[in-house]
Amino acid sequence: MITVACLIAAKDLRVERRSKIVTNQVLPFAGITMVSFAFALDKQNVLDTVAPGLVWLATMFSLLVIVQRTFAIETDDGALDAMRVAGVDPRAIFVGKAMALGFQLLVLEAMLFGAAVIFYGESIPSNNAFGSVVLLVTTMLSATCGLAAVGTLYGGLAAGFKGSETLLPLLTLPAVAPVLIGATKAVESAVGTSGAVVSEGWQWVGLLTLFAVAAVVGGALAFGPLIDD
Amino acid sequence: MTTIEPAKAEQDTAQQSALPSQRSTATRGTRTIGIVAVVALGWLVAFGLGFSPADRDQDESVRILYVHVPTIWLAYLAFVVTAVSSAMYLFSKKKSLGWDRAAGASAEIGVTFVAVTLAVGAMWGRLTWGVFWQWDARLTTTALLFVTYIGYLAVRRLGGSHEQRAKRSAVLGMIAVVEIPLVHFSVKMWRSLHQEATVANLDGDTKMDGLMLFSLFVGVIAFTLLYVWLMLHRTRSMAMEDLLEERGLDEALAVRRAEAAETATAATSAPPTATMKTGSDS
Amino acid sequence: MDDAGFILGSYFLTFATVALYAWRAVRSGRKVSQQVPDDEKYWL
Repeated sequence: MITVACLIAAKDLRVERRSKIVTNQVLPFAGITMVSFAFALDKQNVLDTVAPGLVWLATMFSLLVIVQRTFAIETDDGALDAMRVAGVDPRAIFVGKAMALGFQLLVLEAMLFGAAVIFYGESIPSNNAFGSVVLLVTTMLSATCGLAAVGTLYGGLAAGFKGSETLLPLLTLPAVAPVLIGATKAVESAVGTSGAVVSEGWQWVGLLTLFAVAAVVGGALAFGPLIDD
Repeated sequence: MTTIEPAKAEQDTAQQSALPSQRSTATRGTRTIGIVAVVALGWLVAFGLGFSPADRDQDESVRILYVHVPTIWLAYLAFVVTAVSSAMYLFSKKKSLGWDRAAGASAEIGVTFVAVTLAVGAMWGRLTWGVFWQWDARLTTTALLFVTYIGYLAVRRLGGSHEQRAKRSAVLGMIAVVEIPLVHFSVKMWRSLHQEATVANLDGDTKMDGLMLFSLFVGVIAFTLLYVWLMLHRTRSMAMEDLLEERGLDEALAVRRAEAAETATAATSAPPTATMKTGSDS
Repeated sequence: MDDAGFILGSYFLTFATVALYAWRAVRSGRKVSQQVPDDEKYWL
């Protein structure tokens, strides 16, 4: 199952490497979202305080776009049906697509953090910098797992049907609310917003991990019936 | 002459018996439940607005709770029924669409009740806290619950066959049951670690005396009866809608096949060997 | 709005919403019921 999943992940990433849609369209979209936030929240001290949240908000919006894309490539030529008819295990499809989605999300998040450092003046506090970085990376990884799993699940649920483009945001955003809450709080602890310290962040990572595990397991189980029509 | 008339008379009666004499989804059962529900609601109003006393702390605004609390409890019941029906559909061997329709009807009713809960709760909040909304754990989770099931109802309208609809919504119905506690847990963490200055005790569960508890009890009974009544009507309605959709599809298929058969006989002199598969029963 | 306004308003809102939903449910039930023959109605 894992080998097939990796093959599928590799296929998705190869499609992306050749079409460069995420790199050329979604990353700039995320960037312009960051800029728009700055327009809307004009004061620098406000931006400082909410920067972690804004990064994750921009991630959520970009997630919606990437999920649309990742399933558009499947439904456009009936590729998903072809995979099923070929006897591919739906769990492998789920894990594979989630891995590809997760990888793209990680690249996106790294870019967004960079943008936050430049545009919002975010920085890692000098005391316990190592702890901050570890917290930051762990947060990114656990949050991304949850986001990728939920995105893949709901993307598969709505794929190919009329109204699915508008349905996806409606389904996904309430479902990933725990990630938004947890990831924001964890990053706030990592960068020391409003006096938060690194030790406070780890309980949020716990929440993110719990969510990620639930999402991956639930998604793998649920994905089969969903695409088995 | 005599052979034609009876045939025509037979055709007439056949047409007449095809026209339904029962022109609604009501039965004696639903009428009984409906009447009892209305009486109970009347009782609720009488107790809620009249007989029950004003609260020591909350004054008259506690009266709102007699409708507010039952609506949210019924919403929870409705969503639990949705989840159970979804599970029954997914895991039973027969996969009867009746479960799917029950899940859908229950979710519809649940969404209506949550909407009312949020609106009425805002009014209660205005009186008790001075604000329409607070970002505390319970309110936030309820708002997310509302949006989640709006999404569930939207998924039911995505299209495709009835079995596809049933499978998709059943999966979503069960995911929601896991999702909601996760969301609630996250929001509780969110709110408990940063104690904002609260305007008043956010619990909302006042110490109720006997008469107040009784009024609440009446409210729950009344709304439960209402829920049952609504479920009966909606599920019957949905069953007929599904039937008509399938009929429409079958008819369209039959017409299409007839057309195809005609063109085939027109093209070749030999009769077509088209095998008619019966309908789309999957 | 004073207290009584909110209290009466909330009762009205609750009952009006439920009544509206109930009316729509019964109405759509009637509409469909007229097209489906009696022997297909499983509750009769």
